[in-house]
Amino acid sequence: MMFRVDRDVLAEAVAWTARSLPARPSVPVLAGMRLEVTENQQLKLSGFDYEVSAEVTLELQTGDPGLVLVSGRLLAEITRALPSQPVDFVVEGAKAVVTCGSARFTLLTMPAEDYPSLPAMPPAAGRVGSDTFSSAVAQVAVAAGKDDTLPMLTGVRMEIEGDTVTLAATDRYRLAVRELKWQPDQADFSAIAMIPGRTLADTAKSLTTGAEVEIALSSSGGTGEGMIGFSSAGRRTTTRLLDPEFPKYRSLLPTEFSAHADIPTSAFVEAVKRVALVAERNTPVRLAFHGGEVVLEAGSGDEAQAVEVLPVEFEGEEINIAFNHQFLLEGLGAIDSDVARLQFTTSTKPAILTGGKPVDDGGTPDYRYLIMPIRLSS
Amino acid sequence: MSRKQVLRSDPGQVPVPGQAPADDTGCPILHVDMDAFYAGVELLDRPELRGTPVIVGAAGARGVVLSATYEARRFGVHSAMPMTRARRLCPQAVVIPPSHGKYAEVSKGVMEIFRAITPEVEPIASDEAFLDVRGAVRRLGSPARIAALIRAEVAERHGITCSVGVASTKFVAKLASRHCKPDGLLVVPADRVVEFLHPLPVAALWGVGERTEQALVRLGIKTVGDLAHVPASTLQREFGAVGAHLAELAWGRDERRVTPHAPDKSIGAEETFPYDVDDPDAIRRELLRLSERVAARLRAGGHIGRTVSVKLRRADFTTITRARTLREATDVAKEIYATACELYHAAGLDRVRLRLVGVRVENLRPAGTATHQLGLGERETGWREAEMAMDRAARRFGPEAVRPASLVRPRFDGMDL
Repeated sequence: MMFRVDRDVLAEAVAWTARSLPARPSVPVLAGMRLEVTENQQLKLSGFDYEVSAEVTLELQTGDPGLVLVSGRLLAEITRALPSQPVDFVVEGAKAVVTCGSARFTLLTMPAEDYPSLPAMPPAAGRVGSDTFSSAVAQVAVAAGKDDTLPMLTGVRMEIEGDTVTLAATDRYRLAVRELKWQPDQADFSAIAMIPGRTLADTAKSLTTGAEVEIALSSSGGTGEGMIGFSSAGRRTTTRLLDPEFPKYRSLLPTEFSAHADIPTSAFVEAVKRVALVAERNTPVRLAFHGGEVVLEAGSGDEAQAVEVLPVEFEGEEINIAFNHQFLLEGLGAIDSDVARLQFTTSTKPAILTGGKPVDDGGTPDYRYLIMPIRLSS
Repeated sequence: MSRKQVLRSDPGQVPVPGQAPADDTGCPILHVDMDAFYAGVELLDRPELRGTPVIVGAAGARGVVLSATYEARRFGVHSAMPMTRARRLCPQAVVIPPSHGKYAEVSKGVMEIFRAITPEVEPIASDEAFLDVRGAVRRLGSPARIAALIRAEVAERHGITCSVGVASTKFVAKLASRHCKPDGLLVVPADRVVEFLHPLPVAALWGVGERTEQALVRLGIKTVGDLAHVPASTLQREFGAVGAHLAELAWGRDERRVTPHAPDKSIGAEETFPYDVDDPDAIRRELLRLSERVAARLRAGGHIGRTVSVKLRRADFTTITRARTLREATDVAKEIYATACELYHAAGLDRVRLRLVGVRVENLRPAGTATHQLGLGERETGWREAEMAMDRAARRFGPEAVRPASLVRPRFDGMDL
């Protein structure tokens, strides 16, 4: 087996494939990256850790068919460091030789016959703009739980109903919901999937090289369940799905409020960050809204304290409410808007953060970030 | 004879009798220790038992002596001794089950007396404290006079006696109070500390436990005087940092200051089973009962705590302690219990026979500083409110008026109906 390929193309493809390689492989062979040159002059690079699979297909200038397995991490480091010249990859017996310019590397090969076969892609279901998808996923994944002992909360729930995709995630303390449009292959397609949050966020971000992402998912009750696939511009990845159990979140999203505040996002972010300097982890930043201003405070009694006042556009009943500053900042970072709108009912009821002033026709905004307050002892 | 008894039965040479006016200049540290505290408090309600051997402690087969009057101690009874042994030593003693609420109340009153004298009060148990009276000398007189004043106040207001050691350092003051027990006062003048210390057995020193004592005796070091004459470098080689510290103590040097702090750093409860238990359900039930008790005490004291620890003692007395720090401080039994169960499970002692289990909450803060991150769909009134209602019911109808169902034992068990 041999092939010649441009250094940048190879480095990018190897780096993308190496992302899904396990850091601590359960069996040594899983640390390998599989390189295959097909009869029709294509190079396929693939990696798999039984949860996530990744495969890139490249068009070759020259190549002899064959198959080899080498250490993925080492190959990624080597290709990243190579000079900007064509790369020659030749398998000689039990060794693979990488030559680029005046540099030459000899790698040991691993037993390719022991490598598990990658799961088949579920049937393609439709397409979505890659940038839209990536930003929507990022907005929602921020609220997913990080605690692996509660797997149900580490996922992003994807609900597909016709041409609408709804993404939702919660760690119990906040809930992010985003609606977006896509083009299903069948107009009445409907499906529900729980995708591991971290994997989905990584995947969506890494598939923005193409214009569109194809989502491969079987409809409810269809075949290939338990798996979702994404592909774009020669890259395809599959992920095993989580148990679809998820809180009934729609009823938890308040629709009526007693007050709302519109605040310039960047000024608000800066102020929260400053005030939070004196707040320890998991301790609150207190917000007091009255008249045309909000007073931000953190710290208490015998500790350091901070206070800052910001002008806001405020309507409704005055309110004092406290939040985990990290949750508030992550929400403000996710709304993707110059103006943040916070809507409240009472100091112990969920508040909703949205971007800008919602459309006047009463429609719900595409993105909502629900944040549960911190109750202070009275 | 146990080590404790050796210390107690050998009064050593007391260089200065308590009655004689001793030179107390440069001796601002007082160690006040109640005499047979729990027993003394019990005698207030049972005056007819005065002058007789009385033991406070659970009477069951696994009970231990918490406190004993000096009349009982004469028979060799001492605290922490198994009740069965104590009864064998002193069969005529009256055994009174403990009522902790009563002791806590008296303890609070006594600490108030101390704090009226100086804010520099460091309680080290419910029945003993260090005081630094430097700041009170001009107002109330010399340290020895203040010590006498404290003894009179405690006796008058609470009807119990205490012993006070007066010295230049904390550890000498503590040794002094032990020497003049019961109902005594001893001043160890600053220039006679060495004379006082050197005849004492090494075990009298703070920080010398059974292991260190054995190691010292192996080296031929039996008294504090022996220890004082071993080069500090030798001690450091043998015992590391502890060795250097011991050399200092042997010459009466103790830099530790009286540091007033909140009396409660942690609140815990533990239970020795009447017989060893290996049934995880029974152990969890006990953890629940202890969690309920600890949570009620936290709430009563206005505390919340962030660290939950469990203590598990196997049948062979080996003991392990495991702790976990929570996301938020709590005073809710349900949360303490859940954490205690996780710790028990994680300790890998399922099906191991346990003799004792304990639950403790550490890292205490005032309840007024509590904050709670609300969860989605969480009810506004939760377990905390339910448990506070239990507290109110307990105040009106007595403890255990309301309990988790799993802790209710059939009352008419075995009765013919």
